[in-house]
Amino acid sequence: MTTEIITPIAKFIAEKILKQPNKIISADEALLSSGLIDSFSLMDLALFIEDTFGIRVEDTELNAETFDNLNQLAALISSRKS
Amino acid sequence: MTTLPYLLQRSYQEVPDKTSIILQYAGQADKPLTYRDLIRGANRYALTYAREGIQPGEVVILILQHGEDLVYSFWGAILHGAIPSIMPFLTEKLAPEKYHADLASLISITKPTAIVTYSEFEAEVRGALTEGDLVKHLILTNTIEAEAEPNFENLQGFKSSSEDIVVLQHSSGTTGLQKGVALSHRAVLNQLNAYSQTLRIDPASDVIVSWLPLYHDMGFIACFLMPVLLRIPLVNMSPFDWVRAPYKLHQAVSQYKGTLTWLPNFAYNFCAHKIRERNLDGVDLSTWRAIINCSEPVHIESHELFYEKFSAYGLKKSALQTCYAMAENVFAVTQSLLDGTPAVDEIDRETFMTQRLATPPVADSPSMKMTSSGHPLPNVKIRIVDESFNDLPDRTVGEIAVQSDCMLTEYFNRPDATEAAIKNGWYLTGDYGYISNGELYVSGRKKDLIIVGGKNVYPQDLESLASEVDGVHKGRTVAFGMYDEEEGTEEVVIIAEAETTVPSEMEAIADAIRKHVTKSSAIALRHVKVVDDKWILKTSSGKTARSANKEKFLKELGVDNDI
Repeated sequence: MTTEIITPIAKFIAEKILKQPNKIISADEALLSSGLIDSFSLMDLALFIEDTFGIRVEDTELNAETFDNLNQLAALISSRKS
Repeated sequence: MTTLPYLLQRSYQEVPDKTSIILQYAGQADKPLTYRDLIRGANRYALTYAREGIQPGEVVILILQHGEDLVYSFWGAILHGAIPSIMPFLTEKLAPEKYHADLASLISITKPTAIVTYSEFEAEVRGALTEGDLVKHLILTNTIEAEAEPNFENLQGFKSSSEDIVVLQHSSGTTGLQKGVALSHRAVLNQLNAYSQTLRIDPASDVIVSWLPLYHDMGFIACFLMPVLLRIPLVNMSPFDWVRAPYKLHQAVSQYKGTLTWLPNFAYNFCAHKIRERNLDGVDLSTWRAIINCSEPVHIESHELFYEKFSAYGLKKSALQTCYAMAENVFAVTQSLLDGTPAVDEIDRETFMTQRLATPPVADSPSMKMTSSGHPLPNVKIRIVDESFNDLPDRTVGEIAVQSDCMLTEYFNRPDATEAAIKNGWYLTGDYGYISNGELYVSGRKKDLIIVGGKNVYPQDLESLASEVDGVHKGRTVAFGMYDEEEGTEEVVIIAEAETTVPSEMEAIADAIRKHVTKSSAIALRHVKVVDDKWILKTSSGKTARSANKEKFLKELGVDNDI
């Protein structure tokens, strides 16, 4: 289940945000606090998640306290879907 | 001629109940401040500066986030006659040690005597102070004097003359922080007078809505000094909130009947691509009379995207306007006419690239669209000059030189930089452009500067950061900007020569560069290319030739050279 969520997001981040399609992003790698994803790209990530998983992500959730890695993001998405 | 404190005093006496600033915060109620609130709040800081023994003419650095303290500490410095300068706040992705270095570099040149910040941030600021610097006072926002009726006769700011320096503006990065643009009362007021005439400002009906940071000239002058001094209500939100919820700008325009907004080019694309319809329910944009594109190269396609997306909500096409501005002229140099849409000049691409001439398009040959930045303000003169400072004819590309009655006094404590930038009373902008029908078309930059999302970035700062990464050949790095049509802004490319040729190691170095540069500059990199020895081209002087390397990079990517 988690893999099904993580794989497309990791692919989106590597291809669209970082423009390094070959980059492997591990599930516990810090994304926001490390500066890997900047604030301008956060909205892209939120829109991708909304479109792909059919859930809503509020703008107040777009910060490192809510999610900073793929595991946390997958947990958030799973809880919304159920 | 009057000075800024007198304008504040008059507003306090004549329109105490008029709303000056409405501060917006994510997840909280809006906080309106009247002129009475504003000036009484400012007075608390003025009394604090006096208590601390800060002398008029001394520099006070403000390290504060969006909110009342930033507003009051700024205007308090004006009332006290001290020179305020707003420094960006430490963001979560910027490494504290790099922030210390930036702050130390600002302190070493600007020599402030005081810094205002929050108690939670005290340790960070102390970490940047060194023995022997002139910072004598660290003023915390929880130690401010109590509110009292302002005693205008005792406030030191009223003794300032119109030629005295009233504010300093810095741009970002190590290089930018070492060049404080010093502006006099006269320069600021001449700019506001000329610009408000051009914009046909009516304080009774205009409302400015802004998310722009105050440490940058566009936000600082057009969306902070101008509204407060000319009594135009300002609705102000934080850039951090806007970037996560860009629709809030549109909602604020609708709620407060906003009329004027300034945006960097990327924001048009950002809003068009990232605002959801569900956030625009009931939004009415028909009051928006000018949304002014400024501070990075203007692309008419960005206006078109924005109009397509928001015309259904009452947006008028004539609201999409352009401006060319710089801190050295306080702010605006040119402004498009507000009655129509900015002129678009379609020119032949080849003649432009090879002969630096803007000529009409030729059949079957590629053309390009240039967007006018408008006419010079009534108090500004523009020349287009060649390298020997000779005037060039219309439609010939050269360096833009500016002269006005609102120019900088100097780069603060930098006579060398001041002398290099001003020639016979003309400020050499470092930008290229041409004139046609009296309108300015900005076409490129002579100076090596990257503008990302409206923020000026010096490539040399990024190159030296990339050089610090293990495995990178010291000094063998190059940084430049590349226009991204989708984003509507330049994106940063870094190329670095590595000591290894093992692909997995090169990939790891690229990751390390990305992390280190982002942490140290708060600039996210779009492309990091790690190459082997001798990829990077050098000029005969040994200085990295950024444009040659950019051309090589684009060729390898299979992209045409952008402008």
